[in-house]
Amino acid sequence: MSEHSSSSLSTYVVIWLALLAGTVLTVFAAHINLGPFNAAVALTIATVKALLVVLFFMHLRGASEKLLKLVVISTVFFLFILLALAMADYGTRTWS
Amino acid sequence: MHDSSTTAVQGNVQSEVHGAAHNPALLHHFATEEQQRDSASFGMWIFLSTEVMFFGGLFCAYLIYRLKYFGEFAAASQTLNWQLGMTNTAVLICSSLTVVLAVWAAQHSKRALLLGSLVLTLILGFAFLGIKAVEYAEKFEKHHVPGPSFQFDHVKIPTAPGQPEQFANPSHAQIYFALYFIMTGLHALHMIIGIGIFVWLLFIAWKGRLTPEYNTPMEIGGLYWHFVDIVWIYLFPLLYLIDLRK
Repeated sequence: MSEHSSSSLSTYVVIWLALLAGTVLTVFAAHINLGPFNAAVALTIATVKALLVVLFFMHLRGASEKLLKLVVISTVFFLFILLALAMADYGTRTWS
Repeated sequence: MHDSSTTAVQGNVQSEVHGAAHNPALLHHFATEEQQRDSASFGMWIFLSTEVMFFGGLFCAYLIYRLKYFGEFAAASQTLNWQLGMTNTAVLICSSLTVVLAVWAAQHSKRALLLGSLVLTLILGFAFLGIKAVEYAEKFEKHHVPGPSFQFDHVKIPTAPGQPEQFANPSHAQIYFALYFIMTGLHALHMIIGIGIFVWLLFIAWKGRLTPEYNTPMEIGGLYWHFVDIVWIYLFPLLYLIDLRK
């Protein structure tokens, strides 16, 4: 089982603190006027937090099974297709 | 651990000594404990993949309407209490920590830490739902629940100083609240299911069925809990933090 628990307890605490800091940071960033970049900053922070959870808390980083990484990458890919094709439609409707 | 290929060849001979030969948690259709564990977590990741697409459709709807009715989304978002949203984010992040501690404890036979972490996870899960209930109650009081009694009249759209005043169109704001209730409601449903899973995990942990050799339920239950946490990590800024600067 040791390969599944390669992360030590101190790593977990560091990631936990990073996630809490990210939460404070995203609230702080929302109160600054960045124009259209507010949403981009919020989504970037959220994605970094999600990555930390997936890599360290869900143990994807130390996973012996490469198949798991393939599942995650294809999930992100299909989510991207869903959002990108929908926006390609709705975003260009005013062109006609 | 015995060799699986021998099982296949010797069949009946093996079955006589079966129980004693290996961990009773190893099911017949798996060759090794490692294969069994990898299959379980692979199945869970596939399930979470379908969950991402499930929530993805809602995020897509959110994206389309936010771009279309940006002003109303900002005005409606500002009626939410971001302090409560931030507290709930912190609550879920803390629960994710207790979940990894529980997984670690199960792998290292730390019974007290395992039971303590599971109980803490459940308390944090209920705390999240409690705060959510307070927020929902406020929505009902303010008539911000989509339906015949929905009211969102004379609410100004947040604009930069110097811009002409504009009032939010209630029927557009109603779309925001519909998405708010569907997305947070679906998330809360996942939390309730998660709490059910963790009550069961607490039960089998109490019975001593989670060991360093076999703790798959704890591991994949943890994966589910972390996924629900990730959904909230996105919901919080998207629903609570639109245009707060104005």
